[in-house]
Amino acid sequence: MSDRHPTTERGRIRIVGFDEPESDDRDGDSRDSSPSTGEASAETEPDSPTAAAATERSAEGPDGRRLEDAARRFRRNRTAMLGVTIIAVMAVLAIFARPIEVSTAEYTITLQPVALAPHDPHEPFVGAANAPPSWDHPFGTDWAGRDQFARVLVGGRYTLSIGLVAVLLALCVGIPLGAVAGYFGGRIDELVMRIVDVLYAFPFLVLAIAIVPILDPLPIPGRGFWEVVLALTVTGWIGYARLLRGEILSVREREYVTAATALGVPDRTIIRRHVVPNAIAPVVVQATLNVGTVVLAAAALGFLGLGLEPGSAEWGAMLSRGRDSLLQGHWHVTVFPGLAIFLFVLAINLVGDGINDALEPRRDASDDRRRMR
Amino acid sequence: MSLGRYVLTRVLVTVPVLLGVTALTFSFLHVLPGDPIDVIVGFRTVSPATEASIRAEYHLDEPLWKQYLLWLRDAIALEFGRSPISGRSVTATIGRRLPATLALGGAAWLLALAIGVPAGIVAAVERGEPADELTRLGALAGIATPNFWLGLILLLVFSVRLGWFRVIPPDAPLASLAMAKFMILPTITLGTASAALVTRLLRSSMRRELDAPYVRTARAKGLRERTVILKHVLRNSLLPVVTVAGLQLAFLVDGAVVVEQIFSWPGMGRLLVRSILQRDYPVIQAAVLVIGVSIVLANLLVDIVYALLDPRIRY
Repeated sequence: MSDRHPTTERGRIRIVGFDEPESDDRDGDSRDSSPSTGEASAETEPDSPTAAAATERSAEGPDGRRLEDAARRFRRNRTAMLGVTIIAVMAVLAIFARPIEVSTAEYTITLQPVALAPHDPHEPFVGAANAPPSWDHPFGTDWAGRDQFARVLVGGRYTLSIGLVAVLLALCVGIPLGAVAGYFGGRIDELVMRIVDVLYAFPFLVLAIAIVPILDPLPIPGRGFWEVVLALTVTGWIGYARLLRGEILSVREREYVTAATALGVPDRTIIRRHVVPNAIAPVVVQATLNVGTVVLAAAALGFLGLGLEPGSAEWGAMLSRGRDSLLQGHWHVTVFPGLAIFLFVLAINLVGDGINDALEPRRDASDDRRRMR
Repeated sequence: MSLGRYVLTRVLVTVPVLLGVTALTFSFLHVLPGDPIDVIVGFRTVSPATEASIRAEYHLDEPLWKQYLLWLRDAIALEFGRSPISGRSVTATIGRRLPATLALGGAAWLLALAIGVPAGIVAAVERGEPADELTRLGALAGIATPNFWLGLILLLVFSVRLGWFRVIPPDAPLASLAMAKFMILPTITLGTASAALVTRLLRSSMRRELDAPYVRTARAKGLRERTVILKHVLRNSLLPVVTVAGLQLAFLVDGAVVVEQIFSWPGMGRLLVRSILQRDYPVIQAAVLVIGVSIVLANLLVDIVYALLDPRIRY
């Protein structure tokens, strides 16, 4: 607690707009502690003459300032910027590893002509099978003589896009459900939370594995990109719904929500403009960290032969034959794809911790990790 | 609310969740594309007599709600029928696999505590010091390392190169010295991520406790720092670590699925992966049900233990 907010005054509507400059209070608030992200709006709201103005202020005014502050704190965080750099470099390497071409029936349009990797990642026997690293093949070759360097670079495309898309889709499901459950409570809340409880009984990977045959009933190894994304989305939304609901339970008791209700603002608008923006911070942090979790799960599925098809250059799938190669002593087949996963997940965790420190300096990310489950 | 009432309400809340878990597991066979009978026999052509016997065994001619109740009755009696792939009793298969996974998971959990608790204490006490940063980096690395990769690397270094351990489990009973030795590498692989999680949790909960007034009081009355930390702060900070036992269990099961694959460990995870690859539905169903129900019950147990330890929890 900062000194400027004695506990007795917290959560009261203070009419401050009349005789002192309101920006004074907002500044303090961005640095203010704990769950009270909404306090700034609570205080500025009564001075606005109309409901429309109140809506504008609480949703954009302080938020804009708060985001700027958070962005500045984030940029100053050296480990977080290191994480951003690693991810950016990996993304650039993945995009420019090989040319990207879109082919229709007759035309082939080249979207990206650069090729950092000299060999095609899918072409077999560009070198001897299982060759150790050399100048021509910096990461060696795999069992089919494919260039590992090209495969690791191109593999980043799968991993980065699966992580991003699966988390975004899970957010699209989890945020509305969590918001509605937390804001309205009652029956809807009961229903959503019981579904969440039931799904929580199954570990992430077990659920994702069990979904595989539903998407694909015949035992043919290997699935498409969207099947893997779908399996990870179905298992991923639960955490966001639960986390957001918990946050909203406290946010919805705040005065600015009561004020908006009293002014006749429709529920939909209250949820969208007042409740969710003030409760979303931990979800953002968690979603960032979860990109790492999702990438690990996708790689684990690939490793088990239940993810993308074994021949594809996905990092997990590249390891699925790793055990056999390893027992024959070919260390390079395992080491490089694994290092790539490690580096990416590490970078995501650095960024996630950085966002957490920037948005809510006094809160520890691992607290939310616990509440997620 | 008295403890008895709290436990009772908690148990009653668990019942609909358990029903949901069983219903979801049951519906698994029916949401698969195709007729359940085709699914069970693996889309092969079978004689009408076999088909009739399978229909009778799975009660496929009954209405769906009755099928569920009959299946539930069988499940409560631990009667899951026979695997159409191997022809063996599903219950016996799971009964043979479960102890191996429990042993591995238990060992990994102990390892996680043995590493995570001291590391968490050091990180919290040495706030901002190099030791704190070091444990933070260690925990980050532990979370970011894919467990299948760690397992493969350990296998490469210690089993293939150095030859200290066998590559596949020895043909010995579970509670034997040879088995215990073989379990070292899988335990490390499985326990690393959990240890990182425990470290981070304990660090954050201890840092909160260290700011509490009673810590200042304890120091003011002249207690040694060691006593303050170990007797007062640690005890109060361990509770949040206990609460995540349910999460940890889910986490360990996820890990076991992968780790058992690497080390050919004859447990539930390997069984699950194999039955998914073979589309052995009765086994998948039974294994998923056992996992789901254990996690629900573990969470129930944790909540009750928590209420016993901390009287403030009852509501």
